[in-house]
Amino acid sequence: MSMLTRYRWWFATAAFLVAFTLFTAEFQQPQTTAVLAATLRQSTPLVLGALCGILCERSGVINIGIEGQMLMSAFAGFVVASSTGDLLLGVAAGIGCGMLMGAFLAFLSVSLQSDQIIAGTVMNIAAIGLTSFFFQQGRSLPSGKTSMIKLGPLADLPVVGRVFFSNRPLTYITLLLVPVLWYALFRTTWGLRTRAVGEHPSAAETAGVSVVRIRYMNLMLGGGLAGLAGAYLSLEAVGSFERLMTNGKGFVALAVMIFGRWNPVGAWGAALLFGYANAVQTQFQFRGWLADDPQFIGMMPFIVTIVVVAGFVGRARPPASIGQPYSRE
Amino acid sequence: MDDTTTQSPTNDPPALEAVGISKRFDTVVANQDVNLRVEKGQIHALLGENGAGKSTLVNILFGLYRADEGEVRVNGAPVRMDSPHDAIDHHIGMVHQHFQLVPVLTVAENIVLGHEPTRGRGLLDIDRAATEVGELGKRFGLEVDPHATVEDLPVGMQQRVEILRALYRKADILILDEPTAVLTPQETDHLLEVLRGLAAEGVAIVFITHKLREVLAVADRVTVMRGGRVVGSTTPAETDQAGLAEMMVGRSVVLRVAKTEARPEARVLEIRDLHVRDDRDRPAVDGLSLEVRAGEIFGIAGVDGNGQRELVEAMTGLRMSDSGSILLEGSDITGCTPRQISELGVAHVPEDREKHGLIGPHSIADNLVLNRYFRVPYARRGLRQHDAIDDEAERLVADYDIRTESIRAPARSLSGGNKQKVITARELSRGARLLVASQPTRGIDVGSIEFVHQQIVGQRDNGVAVLLISAELDEILSLSDRIGVIFKGRLVAIADAADLDRAAIGRLMTAGTDAA
Repeated sequence: MSMLTRYRWWFATAAFLVAFTLFTAEFQQPQTTAVLAATLRQSTPLVLGALCGILCERSGVINIGIEGQMLMSAFAGFVVASSTGDLLLGVAAGIGCGMLMGAFLAFLSVSLQSDQIIAGTVMNIAAIGLTSFFFQQGRSLPSGKTSMIKLGPLADLPVVGRVFFSNRPLTYITLLLVPVLWYALFRTTWGLRTRAVGEHPSAAETAGVSVVRIRYMNLMLGGGLAGLAGAYLSLEAVGSFERLMTNGKGFVALAVMIFGRWNPVGAWGAALLFGYANAVQTQFQFRGWLADDPQFIGMMPFIVTIVVVAGFVGRARPPASIGQPYSRE
Repeated sequence: MDDTTTQSPTNDPPALEAVGISKRFDTVVANQDVNLRVEKGQIHALLGENGAGKSTLVNILFGLYRADEGEVRVNGAPVRMDSPHDAIDHHIGMVHQHFQLVPVLTVAENIVLGHEPTRGRGLLDIDRAATEVGELGKRFGLEVDPHATVEDLPVGMQQRVEILRALYRKADILILDEPTAVLTPQETDHLLEVLRGLAAEGVAIVFITHKLREVLAVADRVTVMRGGRVVGSTTPAETDQAGLAEMMVGRSVVLRVAKTEARPEARVLEIRDLHVRDDRDRPAVDGLSLEVRAGEIFGIAGVDGNGQRELVEAMTGLRMSDSGSILLEGSDITGCTPRQISELGVAHVPEDREKHGLIGPHSIADNLVLNRYFRVPYARRGLRQHDAIDDEAERLVADYDIRTESIRAPARSLSGGNKQKVITARELSRGARLLVASQPTRGIDVGSIEFVHQQIVGQRDNGVAVLLISAELDEILSLSDRIGVIFKGRLVAIADAADLDRAAIGRLMTAGTDAA
């Protein structure tokens, strides 16, 4: 199959969005720029969540607890940053918390071989309960949220400058992580082993690859990414912690992962689409268009999710062994 | 038992040795005090029926299972085998019965997996891998395209990949678990030649099989297992097929099925120019036509994956066909549901009995009435009638000699042979017009094979049309009245069984033509 036919939906969608953007930019440049910048902002946690999902599922473990990992990490990052005043420490705490939850999921689903869906759901419920219980009103970040970094003259370019080159640090890191993970997954020995374990664990095991080790490693790395997404939410996007602030992003990230066909670059594209739907929605509400039906507008990103996952994805082929606990005998 | 010592050609310690191996799964004893000695440069056949414990033994030798008792020695030194990784470290390679290859990866990726060549820091050097794989293939007569995706390769090629994977890890002890089960006669000959070449280079080879012909053709030494124990060890020079069969089964067996001349009557099944696609939407059955008459067995020979599965699924209503028609006694059943087809008198013994033949967790009784549970007397007004079901189940268990403690036991607790008897009983006890039997004896013991074969021939003699699909050429040859050879979704030859010989069918199976 040629690239063109295989990715025809991608090309069609991308062409449509570019055309639409150019069209609107023609007479409303500031708004267009705002929508595009918001698209990138909105997509960042989705990309990170989807990357987490890719790492887990490519090694054969379904991680339905991304939402919980994000929420808990957003909380941990915020608590550490607000009590120490050190944002970097906060981000590290977010990542660490995510990794810890990844290890917990690995323990349940790999070592104890319990049902992966249930293990993930347990994490989601635990995260909601714990963060709500320990949440204290009135805490704030002494140093404010992460600061904007403008990339020199690039930031002065029209439209693109504001969209891509005037962002905060975690957004840049996310943009870097996409190609890095793609490369790692398809060009390194770790990537080869990961894909082998996710497709056919007993084949990998007979080839001398430890299924258990790869799964633990990937679940922890993935947890770290979900943790980064949580830290992004509390320390970069909002600047404080709110109850249930992940608001379903961990689940949308799973849809993003599927739409991106378990490929980091694909997931990035998919996340941009979802981010765009969200940004347009925000812009609509901001402008007061269709102001009589704010709920209808707010529904848009979710409709996009349903349509995309049900209709456009077609027959995506997930890693063959996902969801099945592995044991040798 | 350990009389091999005296016959050891040199004083070197054996390349691989199992001493007093025992292994239990729950209550089942899979291996009991098993000893095995494999010398360098020797092909050692491990012979036994399914369930004799051969696979358990080699899985222990390869570190996949851990022995409860006993010791594995490599070149005379005891070694710990905790995982395949340990086995590979001791240069033991294994070719598995169910290939341990990742379908979506390429040949080169599969072969180097776990021992990848890198450009430092974990960066995969796939070009070097491909080159090395190419060279290795050339050296051992196992050429295969390193860049091909494994799932696109025919089974014979996939097996080459498995062997190359072991050789890539510098294996000097090679274990092959039923390697010829999936091969055509020509491919088998080639494999045996490759094995002889490897042995000549000093590789010690453990060759598991239940095919006596191959043992006599290639082995330097034979060890026979039965019921988890070693029952004897000998050389091909000291024995023959009948002797080995008796050792293997523990009694003398009839290797050929007794049957009379067929008396074919009216046409029951007619397939015209059928086209069916496989799961990946590629043509699998490609313009196939055939007819089967009442009272004859039509055998379809062919290498697995040439459209047999799709053909059977289309005939039994499990898969849509693209075009063409399937006629049962003159009426078109193309596109009918499985229930409708079954009700018209088509009995189906599916290829994968675990997946399509039985509901494993359900009771044997429920499985025995699976094609009639919804009818009177088994159900009335939507309520199941347990007494009627149990009576029928008890009757079938007795008639078909199904060995079980209770009809309430889950079907999955049965042995392979008894599972097949459950399916056969269910499908045949209802008065079929057409029997579609796909791989009816795959992986079951010799006793059950005899039984299933008798049932098939008995159905034929009662005027049932039988379509037999099997990858076992011997089975096709001994049962069929007429034979069709399937190749790439078409029948490339149809002839009376008497007019075809092994070699000709083998050529047709592999090349689609009889040109030698």
